[in-house]
Amino acid sequence: MSPWRERLTMGIRAAWPICMAYFPIGMAFGVLAQKAGLSVFQTGAMSVVVFAGSSQFIGVSMLSSGASLMAIAVTTFVVNLRHLLMSWSLATHLRKTPTPFLFLFAYGVTDESFAVNTVQFREGNWDRWKALIVNHVANIAWVCSSIAGAVSGQFIPSGFLGIDYAMIAMFIGLLVFQLRGRLYVMTALLSGGLSVAFSLVVPGNSYVIFASLIAATGGYVISRLRSPGGPKHA
Amino acid sequence: MPDAEYFGVILAMGLVTYLPRWMPLFVFSQKAMPGWLVEWLDLIPVAILSALVFPELLTHGAPRTLDILQAKSLVAVPTLLFALRTRSLGGTVVVGMLSFWALGKL
Repeated sequence: MSPWRERLTMGIRAAWPICMAYFPIGMAFGVLAQKAGLSVFQTGAMSVVVFAGSSQFIGVSMLSSGASLMAIAVTTFVVNLRHLLMSWSLATHLRKTPTPFLFLFAYGVTDESFAVNTVQFREGNWDRWKALIVNHVANIAWVCSSIAGAVSGQFIPSGFLGIDYAMIAMFIGLLVFQLRGRLYVMTALLSGGLSVAFSLVVPGNSYVIFASLIAATGGYVISRLRSPGGPKHA
Repeated sequence: MPDAEYFGVILAMGLVTYLPRWMPLFVFSQKAMPGWLVEWLDLIPVAILSALVFPELLTHGAPRTLDILQAKSLVAVPTLLFALRTRSLGGTVVVGMLSFWALGKL
């Protein structure tokens, strides 16, 4: 197999669970956008230009309640700020990458592609092109499903085959693949506990950033205490 | 709403979404990071995933209230076991969906 063929095959294979999870959510977004009075073209354009699920839902509902451009932009910025941490973490796998590549790659950094690519980079046999393919295949699925939702209204009945659980199941799987030792399990439990606690008291989704920062720092401190000066944690 | 205004809004949304995705890649892929930073960043993925998934499972509504024993958290158990056993992401998604669907039928 040529290297490009292999990259394409492996990229698509890694991306298909994301596509499956995107489909119901993209459809739901399309339906909502249509109900809010957006045309099919406008709906698809938002999925192409923004490509960030939760903030698109929020954006559409703010648009229909007549919010200002400034208010929508600020809210979107805050909702999507967590990508900052993901790109920062991905940068460790993309050392010395040409700048034009990064422009293309950054566009597709989402919760889902970030998690899939992180796992693949760690397992080896992964390169930036395969990662880029994952990002863009996921993007195509997102755009197509939001257009499908906008065109069809609701042709998949809600609750069909547990489709509402697809995204959560994917995150559970991705979380499990990250647990490569006790330190990671401890960090996960710390982050999970903190995020539940914060989510109960802080409105919005900033709890994700705060819980992650504190838990990763806590995990790092634990690893230092266990092996002071040690190069790598187990 | 006029088209030009709408496209102004989505361009603004796209820009403020793109910048946090792009900037760390641009800044940190070009220069070496100290070892402690790499180790700390190594813990970020597991922390983020956990922070995303736990509130989904254990709370509901807006504003969120604690709800530990709900369908979403019960279905998480077989989903988690399947993921641990098989390490297949696609399979995990299918098992989670079907379990959630089956629980709804009971």
